[in-house]
Amino acid sequence: MFKNKKLAASGVDTTEHAVAEPDRDQPWKELGLKQDEYLEIKNILGRRPTSSELAMYSVMWSEHCSYKSSKIYLRQFGEKVTDDMKEHLMVGMGENAGVVDIGEGLAVTFKVESHNHPSYIEPFQGAATGVGGIVRDILSMGARPIAVMDQLRFGAPENPDTARVVHGVVDGISFYGNCLGLPNIGGETVFDAVYQGNPLVNALSIGAMKHEDLQLAKASNPGDLVILFGARTGADGIGGVSVLASETFESTGPTKRPAVQVGDPFAEKVLIECCLELFHAGVVAGIQDLGGAGISCATSELASNGGKGMKVQLQNVLLRDESLTPEEILMSESQERMCAVVPKKQLKAFEKIVEKWEVEYSVLGEVIDEDRLYINWGHEEIVNVPPRTVAHDGPVYDRPVALPKYQKALNKDSSSSLKRVENATELAAQLMQLIATPNQADKSWITAQYDKYVMGNTALSMPDDSGMVRVSEETGLGVALATDANGKYAYLNPYEGARLALAEAYRNVAVTGAVPRAVTNCLNFGSPENPEVMWQFKEATAGLADACLELGIPVTGGNVSFYNQSGDVAIYPTPVVGVLGVIDDVARRIPSGWQDDGNNIYLLGQTFDELDGSAWAKDLHDHLGGQPPKVDLEKEKELAQLLHGASIQGLIESAHDISEGGLGIAVVEAALRFNVGARIWLGEMLERDAIDMTAALFSESQSRVIVTVGREDDVKFQALCEARGVPCLRIGVTDATSNMVEIKDLADLKLDDIRAGWVNTLPELFG
Amino acid sequence: MKIGVITYPGTLDDRDAQRAIRLAGGTPVPLWHADDDLKKVDAVVLPGGFSYGDYLRCGAIAAQAPATKEVIKLAAQGLPVLGICNGFQILVESHLLPGGLIRNEKQHFVCRDQKLRVENNNTAWTSLFEENEEILIPLKNGEGGYIATDETLKMLEAENRIAFRYLDTNPNGSMNDIAGLTNERGNVVGLMPHPEHAVEPGFGPDTDIAMRSGIDGLRFFQSVLKMAVNS
Amino acid sequence: MPKIIVEIMPKQDLLDPQGKAVANALQRSGNKEISAVRIGKRIELHFDRPITDQDMENASAQASSFLSNDVIEDVVAITKED
Repeated sequence: MFKNKKLAASGVDTTEHAVAEPDRDQPWKELGLKQDEYLEIKNILGRRPTSSELAMYSVMWSEHCSYKSSKIYLRQFGEKVTDDMKEHLMVGMGENAGVVDIGEGLAVTFKVESHNHPSYIEPFQGAATGVGGIVRDILSMGARPIAVMDQLRFGAPENPDTARVVHGVVDGISFYGNCLGLPNIGGETVFDAVYQGNPLVNALSIGAMKHEDLQLAKASNPGDLVILFGARTGADGIGGVSVLASETFESTGPTKRPAVQVGDPFAEKVLIECCLELFHAGVVAGIQDLGGAGISCATSELASNGGKGMKVQLQNVLLRDESLTPEEILMSESQERMCAVVPKKQLKAFEKIVEKWEVEYSVLGEVIDEDRLYINWGHEEIVNVPPRTVAHDGPVYDRPVALPKYQKALNKDSSSSLKRVENATELAAQLMQLIATPNQADKSWITAQYDKYVMGNTALSMPDDSGMVRVSEETGLGVALATDANGKYAYLNPYEGARLALAEAYRNVAVTGAVPRAVTNCLNFGSPENPEVMWQFKEATAGLADACLELGIPVTGGNVSFYNQSGDVAIYPTPVVGVLGVIDDVARRIPSGWQDDGNNIYLLGQTFDELDGSAWAKDLHDHLGGQPPKVDLEKEKELAQLLHGASIQGLIESAHDISEGGLGIAVVEAALRFNVGARIWLGEMLERDAIDMTAALFSESQSRVIVTVGREDDVKFQALCEARGVPCLRIGVTDATSNMVEIKDLADLKLDDIRAGWVNTLPELFG
Repeated sequence: MKIGVITYPGTLDDRDAQRAIRLAGGTPVPLWHADDDLKKVDAVVLPGGFSYGDYLRCGAIAAQAPATKEVIKLAAQGLPVLGICNGFQILVESHLLPGGLIRNEKQHFVCRDQKLRVENNNTAWTSLFEENEEILIPLKNGEGGYIATDETLKMLEAENRIAFRYLDTNPNGSMNDIAGLTNERGNVVGLMPHPEHAVEPGFGPDTDIAMRSGIDGLRFFQSVLKMAVNS
Repeated sequence: MPKIIVEIMPKQDLLDPQGKAVANALQRSGNKEISAVRIGKRIELHFDRPITDQDMENASAQASSFLSNDVIEDVVAITKED
């Protein structure tokens, strides 16, 4: 029920006024538009926009919503694709989330998104609503959300402001994700001063459904009703999208506080159950979730996607705050709202279901057979626009691109200039020091705040290399997901950095026994108005697109977050890449830690002297320079196929990817997991690969994994590696009773000693 | 044997409870909070979650639901009832179990594998455990600290109504390390940890034997099924 | 608008971790004169017409049976406001 509203004849800017008063001064600049964009709007409409239309265009044409600076580069993800790659793709980019067929008539939808700026301003709500938003995207594809992951990047650990952000963000993700009943199955946490004023909070969600459950965000049948349901609309986040994400933070300006959204996970949980019931009852013809740009986005996108138009009565929106103006209603980012397109004959059935779940709703209007979006406020027309121009035909920029002035010098400044210790005691001390640094230390302080059990389908979660959930209880069919990024590599070389991120996520999926199938990405960069940043973006997108083509797995969707900079200081280009893999039976999954005694430890792959951009260089020597490790994607493919083949034959007991920190860290992590020690010898490795002990322990060469194999499977496993041409070297044997990692010619490290450093770092900083 | 699982708005672990019942050999029956028809089930589970968003007090609004009122009635006649986490909170708000459950001492949500001691194996839900058996059950909550007056605590101890106690660590400051209680008759049991998350190999807590192999929770559901068969 | 205000506080002798956490925070930020903090609830029941004695009685019953949990809370005041 809603109150009968008086005609707001005074003060509402109508289309009639727009024609009658063409020269009125409009706040297009304050709303984040540029002058040429304002002029373009006038051109499209043949008159000045009403203030409601101006509000709509300003949010929909903002960087966050329109991707105007990134569009020309993102096209590559759709263009550099073969038919083979599209084989399992049911829905590609452009929709709320990509959808991938996983077999047995089942499909999975997944996507990662950013909520960076709000998480700096209000960490708790910023992170919470970030989770809420991505889950709604997944829901709107017709899927039941089944898991979440998050990728967090904070500033320097000792800086007091970092603690403020860390606490708020982790609490917010925990609060929202746990209340929704979604297991958190993994992610990353990185600390680096470069993210001090621009923390990155990326949130990912996965959903599962039957093929026939797929829903799309389009209104294609004239006469169908447009219904807004869920939470009431309030003043949340007004102007957030266009104001926040299109401007960087000034160090002297006033804090931009009010434009933050506030989330209620209980409302969203109810909404999830209600929507799933609506979908299964077949009463909905199209569905869109309301995220950035709220009603402006939902109406224009539904209409534009369906190739039709819409007629909307804005006074029908249920409000939390009766004082909101039409412009504010159109821009509101109140959470937990969805917009459904419902055929008239299904209205009663729709109402029955929403009433059962006590979800409020109101009919905003209907779909019309005209390429026009009309919005009325009472009897007055306040919006009359072609929907495509709002939703899809926004401005497209080809921004200037320039090689950063520092790039050449940066690439020349290799880590080979750093003095290396040769003494075994000192080398061992470096390993002990590195494992206790915040970036390598135990993250349980964070991950214990997340529910990993709910839904009862979590086969792998942190600290395993990827998260894995069972999708079919009958057959064990499941999916694995890994997300990775390395800002340091991308800073040194954005093209290679993006390739490396994909390679790592791909490898992290492969080590669990799953087969990589699809990709999502969250591209976190500085200001696109800075040609050096734009160069980084251009390079990184090309690197990612080329790498996807080489590996044969397509990008299904993703997100771009620009303006992550404070003043002139941009973050490292940080392309986060997520890879989804499929496994026929999760019972076959391979854990990352050692569990058994007397298993042989094999190092797969070759090690080169590649310490540029490494954790050893940055976190022990504060050095970042040179070129990132090389990656050979053919080798990654061979490695993945080997791991898959070996796991099908049940030859592998554990597999752990070697990445940041190098082999030394990987060995220690595998040992600490279940407190199983080992005797390790690296002599053969040093000889075969012609490297020194520092490189052996800390090099971050790619395409490497450590696996443990039971004695009875040794011969078979080695034969398999030889047949596939994957370098395989036995470097040790596990020892479940010694409580030590004994590295020959280096040190005997007591697990208790390593653990003491590793386990206390985060609690001491943030507990 | 039919075991009902009630879904309230905001309930999260209902489907997991249903799975646990199925794996134990029973037939799970989904029940709706607004419906007082319990479909002649032989036992009821009040599952975990955040019913009504924990508004007012955890479990307070759910305690008023028609289905809950029916459960209270039938519990007095001996119907076995298991309240897990939020379900325990609903049992306490319904006064089927004494005391109160408040916010964690440390103010953070915590998800961990918790060692418990089964101190009363004469209840409908614990008959398949040994007395003082140590079990491993996942715990995940932000409000779960058990409090009660000295008088109530004395009574509970004296009458052996503490069904489970926390071992090794008390994760939420519960008085007397109380993890779960039973009523006088032994048909109503409530506990904060989640047995339904330790019922299937590969998805339970890590044990010394293998990763994720813990299934100590299964016997909760097998116990009540055994009881029904025997009665 | 006529309303009945119900004020609820945690029982005197029971733990109030929220209050304790807030007191610690106040002390840490220099308010050492505040010795303790206890946090309760204020609930407003709104009416469309003037409030009767029966309304007050009903509110009192609801306050002790539903709005508060008498094991851990006390209803410390029920007042009416025009």
